[in-house]
Amino acid sequence: MSSESRDNPLPLWEVFLQPPGGAAHEHAGSVHAGDKEMALQAARDVYARRGEAVSIWVVPSEQITASTPEDMGPFFEPGNDKAYRHPQFYKVPPGVRVS
Amino acid sequence: MTPASAVAPAEDPKRLADFEARIARGETIEPKDWMPERYRRQLIRMMSQHAHSEVVGMLPEGNWITRAPSLRRKMSLMAKVQDEAGHGLYIYCGTETLGVDRHDLILQLLAGTAKYSSIFNYPTISWADMGAIGWLVDGAAIVNQTMLAKASYGPYARAMVRICKEENFHKRQGFEIMTVLSGGTPEQHAMAQDSLNRWWWPSLMMFGPHDADSPNSGELSRWGIKRKSNDELRQRFVNMTVAQAKAINLTIPDEGMRFNEATANWEFSAINWDDFWRVVKGDGPCNRERLAARRKAHDDGAWVREAAAAHAAKQTESTEAAA
Repeated sequence: MSSESRDNPLPLWEVFLQPPGGAAHEHAGSVHAGDKEMALQAARDVYARRGEAVSIWVVPSEQITASTPEDMGPFFEPGNDKAYRHPQFYKVPPGVRVS
Repeated sequence: MTPASAVAPAEDPKRLADFEARIARGETIEPKDWMPERYRRQLIRMMSQHAHSEVVGMLPEGNWITRAPSLRRKMSLMAKVQDEAGHGLYIYCGTETLGVDRHDLILQLLAGTAKYSSIFNYPTISWADMGAIGWLVDGAAIVNQTMLAKASYGPYARAMVRICKEENFHKRQGFEIMTVLSGGTPEQHAMAQDSLNRWWWPSLMMFGPHDADSPNSGELSRWGIKRKSNDELRQRFVNMTVAQAKAINLTIPDEGMRFNEATANWEFSAINWDDFWRVVKGDGPCNRERLAARRKAHDDGAWVREAAAAHAAKQTESTEAAA
């Protein structure tokens, strides 16, 4: 192939869309693009052809720091052993509606 | 990429058991989770073939954009072809989460070493073929992709959910074309019937070989990638399509078709698998033409990719100079 040698893969960007109606941005997928402007345009063309978004974020994939599956248990443990953070922990007299 | 059939390393039995327990509980497998090497390879094989199919699938329809019979039809067809490009990108993006690069997958397609759906190796010789493709080919794809939207691998399932939302437009615009042609002049009706005659059997073959002859099916179903068998999906498609053909006064080209009251299935005649394997192995009517068109498009687009890369490099330089 003539173009193979001069064809460098373009960097990868993660795409987040905010749907109309006030929900938060949500991960939609990724695109390859040379720079941030082209990443935004590609994200619009690929993920928002039918009014799916009122706002788009693109982030270089390599810039994302994520928790790992191996950490999952210990990493989230502080949240799991504090039942008093949930409304069900508290007793309410029978017949009373609090919420 | 190593072919899925190559021998994979033996897996740690404990991790494999944990993984299979997760699948059994209906949990979704995510990119960073541990997975057996065979699972990863099967997914790369299947997802990249699926992505290639979306991309090559643009060609038979692109053939008719300049000759669409009205502006309305032309707009629909352009939007549909653009969707197919998007679908290819959704699935390439999902495949990349398994540790392969889209660039390498595309080079495999261009080199002729990757497979894609054989249906796109048939020619589109009349306008009615745009109707038959939307109705039958996209219709069959919807049946398959609705099942894959429940696949155990998260990025694949999510890409399928996105795609299924868009495919219904594809099917309906195709069915509308067939409805209008079938109810038109005798010549138009004949054109619609001829198109159904040519696309019917290849559409049934889209679901792949019979379960007994499908080498990958066992593993794919054990690991929750495919939740229904090729034959089940094919039967579901046939049952749906019979009533649709009747409603628009077209005849499915299978004299042996019978309704089985006990099973509530439309039973159909034997499929000509020799023809299927001939096309899969590269000897269909348009295999060479499709690949030549893809290579030309890739080569003709090289200057765009080079310009984008040069522009990005220049921007990085000027940001660094300013800092």
